[in-house]
Amino acid sequence: MIDTVVVPLLKIFVVLNAVLVAVTFMVLLERKVIAWVQVRLGPMRVGPYGVLQPVADVVKLMTKEDITPVKADRWVFTAAPMIALIPALMVFAVIPFGPEVSIFGRRVTLYITDINVGLLYIISVASIGVYGIILAGWSSNSKYPLLASLRASAQLISYEVAVTMTLVSMIVTAGTMSMVGIVNAQLNHGVWYLFAQPLAFFIYFVGGLAETNRAPFDLPEAEQELTGGFHTEYSGMRFALFFLAEYANMIVVSSVATTLFLGGWLRPFPNVAFLGFLDFIPGWIWFLLKTFVWLYIFLWVRATLPRYRYDQLMRLGWKVLIPLAILNVVITATMKVLL
Amino acid sequence: MGAITPTHYVLLSAALFMIGVFGVLTRRNIIVIFMSIELILNAVNINLMAFSNQWGNSNGQVFAIFVIAVAAAEAAVGLGIILAFYRNKETVNIDEMNVMRW
Amino acid sequence: MAEVVTFYALSVIILAFGLLVVTARNTIYSILFLIVDFLAVALLYAAMNSLLLAMIQVLVYVGGIVVLYLFVVILVNLKRPSEQHVDPGRKSVIGGVMAAAVLAELTVIGVYNAIRPSVVPGAATDVGSVEKVGMALFTNYLIPFEVASMLLLVAMVGAIILAKREL
Repeated sequence: MIDTVVVPLLKIFVVLNAVLVAVTFMVLLERKVIAWVQVRLGPMRVGPYGVLQPVADVVKLMTKEDITPVKADRWVFTAAPMIALIPALMVFAVIPFGPEVSIFGRRVTLYITDINVGLLYIISVASIGVYGIILAGWSSNSKYPLLASLRASAQLISYEVAVTMTLVSMIVTAGTMSMVGIVNAQLNHGVWYLFAQPLAFFIYFVGGLAETNRAPFDLPEAEQELTGGFHTEYSGMRFALFFLAEYANMIVVSSVATTLFLGGWLRPFPNVAFLGFLDFIPGWIWFLLKTFVWLYIFLWVRATLPRYRYDQLMRLGWKVLIPLAILNVVITATMKVLL
Repeated sequence: MGAITPTHYVLLSAALFMIGVFGVLTRRNIIVIFMSIELILNAVNINLMAFSNQWGNSNGQVFAIFVIAVAAAEAAVGLGIILAFYRNKETVNIDEMNVMRW
Repeated sequence: MAEVVTFYALSVIILAFGLLVVTARNTIYSILFLIVDFLAVALLYAAMNSLLLAMIQVLVYVGGIVVLYLFVVILVNLKRPSEQHVDPGRKSVIGGVMAAAVLAELTVIGVYNAIRPSVVPGAATDVGSVEKVGMALFTNYLIPFEVASMLLLVAMVGAIILAKREL
């Protein structure tokens, strides 16, 4: 009873809280990092060096007036942000934060569950997130959000193909679809798959940027284009949910990239006994460090690169990334058979 | 109530099939007709999966995968036809799609 | 016990939302109910211990086909219920008789099963596992697999040609 109901519920509680707190602090981190890149200071007023800015943001968003356009479809308008957020949070059920540890004398695995089609589950659930964007644009009953949402969802489903192909080549390399199995496969091979599959890593990173509507692929939601994209008509808590969904998606992409390419909870060079002194650092700290590196790279890219135009974006997705991803699958499969 | 026998799944599949057929025969909006066809295909899939589970044979699951693939292809082409028709005649009511009648 | 409750709960959801799909007046609502229906069917497959088919159902049906439907409905912009035609050729009496016959047949099946239940599947077999389905798909059914991939390619090309605007 305890092992089947209470422990998973506690894990879900911890993971969801951690993710939501991380998302609110991501907002602050983004503003700070972009500010430092641009040789200015960012938010400094609230709290020492501005670290309590997320609290101010949350209070502002919760107390803003909740405007619903007159002719908008009531139910769908309210449901769209939830449909955008829920798949982003559902993915965390299969992400392995660490190996099995002993907490209070009980063996506890540091992941909520490990289904044997974990990676396929992540792809499937992530593809449900497209509905939030399409329904948000349509239910606003206004032309700019509608066009922006169609653009954004077309971008999402185009890059989904390339990302899925990349994940297929990772499945072929690791020999299993379960996330814990992939980390263990990296332990057995003794090398992070970042070095074994650099092309897949690159395609996944670029695809991840496009999937989460982040710069330089953030044309559908940039303020200078189409007056703010598909969440133009949203205000207050509903807008906050869209923001939460975007940052949660970023954390999802970073966590999946960490598990697949950077070895999950393994320390660098897991099979080299010389570096065994690093073992005192628990697995989940390594996981958090690596995820944080990815998140920082997301912010760094946003601060540095200019935005892609929409047709350039689609050309990149269809004409460059998908052929590369297919080529990667073919090469991976050939080498797996020959070696 | 006992265990869930495959007959339960067959009855569920039959009910879903009937709902789909009702949708195809009753509605006039062609997109809803297509959606009812998807319901029919899902009913067939439930049936296949139930029997695959009963006999311990993976053939049913493979067949279900092919049904899903064919449903995807049919949906794509069907919706392409609807779009092409809509561009000419501005309607999706099948009672008005009688261009070839005398 | 949990299995029984899951099956009945999911079948109620599937049938209820199926009815809502075919009777909703607003087409977008029909599509949303269809999404819930497909997700419930995927959960049913997962309860049958076939996780691969459940994920494929979500990925292809919910993540692909219904998105396509939603795009087409938005492009065609069907918010108004536009079907007030009543087909004068419809024969309601024959329809009612056939429906009653089907209902009688289903009732007979249900009663027969309650008296002499059919074979209950054995304890959780792994027939739905990725390895078994993959082996069957790539050894016994390799040719249909290749033909299905060509079918999808042809469908893709056909859909693009049909829906493309002449530039």
